[in-house]
Amino acid sequence: MRTMTYAEGIREGMRKKMMDDPNVLLFGEDVGKFGGCFGVSAGMFDEFGDRRVRDTPISEGAIIGAAVGSAACGLRPIAELMFMDFATVGMDQIVNQAAKLRYMTGGKITLPMVIRLPEGGGVSAAAQHSQSLEAWLAHVPGLKVVYPSNAQDAYGLMVTAIEDDNPVIFIENKTLYAVKSEVEDELKAVPFGKACVKKEGTDVTIITYGKQVLDAMKAAEALAKDGINAEVVDLRSLYPLDKETIFKSVEKTHKVVVVSEEVKRGAFSGEIASLIAEECFYECDAPIKRVGALNTPVPFSMGLENYMLPNDKDIEATVKSLF
Amino acid sequence: MKISNEQLKEMYLTMLKIRKFETRAMDKFAEGKIPGFVHLYLGEEAVATGACANLRKDDYITSTHRGHGHIIAKGGELNYMMAELFGKEDGYCRGKGGSMHIADASKGILGANGIVGAGHNIAAGAGLAIQYKGTDQVCVCFFGDASTNQSTFHEGLNLASIWKLPVVFVCENNGYGISVSQARHQAITDVSVRATAYNMPGVTVDGNDVFAVYEAVGEAVARARKGQGPTLIECKTYRFRGHFEGDPTVYRPSGELEAWLKKDPIPRMENYLKENNVITEEEIKKMNADVDKMIDDANAFADNSKVPALESALEDVYTDIVEEGRIR
Repeated sequence: MRTMTYAEGIREGMRKKMMDDPNVLLFGEDVGKFGGCFGVSAGMFDEFGDRRVRDTPISEGAIIGAAVGSAACGLRPIAELMFMDFATVGMDQIVNQAAKLRYMTGGKITLPMVIRLPEGGGVSAAAQHSQSLEAWLAHVPGLKVVYPSNAQDAYGLMVTAIEDDNPVIFIENKTLYAVKSEVEDELKAVPFGKACVKKEGTDVTIITYGKQVLDAMKAAEALAKDGINAEVVDLRSLYPLDKETIFKSVEKTHKVVVVSEEVKRGAFSGEIASLIAEECFYECDAPIKRVGALNTPVPFSMGLENYMLPNDKDIEATVKSLF
Repeated sequence: MKISNEQLKEMYLTMLKIRKFETRAMDKFAEGKIPGFVHLYLGEEAVATGACANLRKDDYITSTHRGHGHIIAKGGELNYMMAELFGKEDGYCRGKGGSMHIADASKGILGANGIVGAGHNIAAGAGLAIQYKGTDQVCVCFFGDASTNQSTFHEGLNLASIWKLPVVFVCENNGYGISVSQARHQAITDVSVRATAYNMPGVTVDGNDVFAVYEAVGEAVARARKGQGPTLIECKTYRFRGHFEGDPTVYRPSGELEAWLKKDPIPRMENYLKENNVITEEEIKKMNADVDKMIDDANAFADNSKVPALESALEDVYTDIVEEGRIR
């Protein structure tokens, strides 16, 4: 065992596949010499050169469009948008092109491409640099959506994302980049559609992903002191979704809290809650609860932002409300 | 301009194929055989023909909602095209795309597209793949005058020019963005002036003169193959039909269509071929009969093809996942 940061996990995943496959390349705003806005691609420009690690103009439509076009012609591009919020500028290329070209052409076009989207608040970046918009993307047939919570999964999901023959949305959390976690000596790929039970428990299931896995673990620790044994499920992959692990856990604990950093209205957490309501309602002996951000844009000032975003205390309180 | 007689005849044949395919599509739409929206290429045949005559099978094109002409000129199969327009299982897209989404990767056709301006960035991406692999292929990006007001036009041209990508941007300026005339949608007359902003050559040619298009695109393709970067070519043309079938075209000034019909690119090419003894009247008759038969065959193929099995709606979303259907 050794430790690695989340950013290093992502980087090692990209490096591994770039070493394996000459058709893999990375492009985006400032990913080159600058090493990426958050330093995720640091050193890759020097290692692989400007042919394979390319700075683009600030032109999100062109970044995603170039990924679509080059993937259609045999490359396996990794396109980085500096902040997930900027996906709005390239949304046609994500939603109408990348997600749909295969379907609309009856399978005549294959798009093996990865779109990296750093999301989330907690860094006083205000409303245009802090959003969690995974529900928009998980909503669109044709996209796969994954979201690691730790270095090992960041590596493993990145490797799988690059190897996948479909457009993959790879969501990263900005506040996790510097967080270290334990990794195996030999890093392995993580399959899509397999959730990870981070902590086994018997009394309640906390279903979450990304940064909120850390909050949920903290909450579970506090709850244990009050005699509540929570199970924490890290989805890792929003689509394909590991329904089996979700249902198995609900059948065991009979209580569910779904947690994400999203604005609660229309959130992906609602999809999980409705899925449980539809498919295993009779296993639940309490209402399915959700924890999310308040229904406002993300505010700038630290106190306001902390108030708006969910934290471990909110999870703890919500779980306790079920007992 | 050096074009062999054989190639001239081939180009003429392509023009006829587009004209007759589109005329048949127009009739079948009116009959109710073709659902949805159909945007016909009638009148613009010289652009696709002149441009694609410079391309190899391994070159790429991106197309538009008005894409039948581009696809035929790049070698698309009439049978599969017509079957797709009919929404049948033997159609190019197995009945899932229709008129606006025909693609054939084996022929470098990266797809017609229903979003105005979507092709600019995709073509830049194709250019990136070509440059990355170090081949001498090119990508021709077809688009209309109205799409040059989309951000994608500027993004795609900018990326292609800074990276010197082998892309030829071919603007079909037919004077309208749906019902809005060019004078009302942009404050320039020649789209080609926009090339200046991206430091690439920009030329305007008569888009109803197949030789002018051939020559301009040929030069651009040669530059692109040599790694000298992109070019913007504007082809001034006109669509003989409305934006879509069913468009009453009330926005056209009277006499405009009639004036353009006099500049029909097909009789123009035919006259040239006859005057220069490239082709005889008899050959023209035979070619017309041959193409009529091709269109009849495509029509019959489409008629005889089955409607897609309902479960096929679930396929081709992903390479490896098929979602659950419903029981009805």
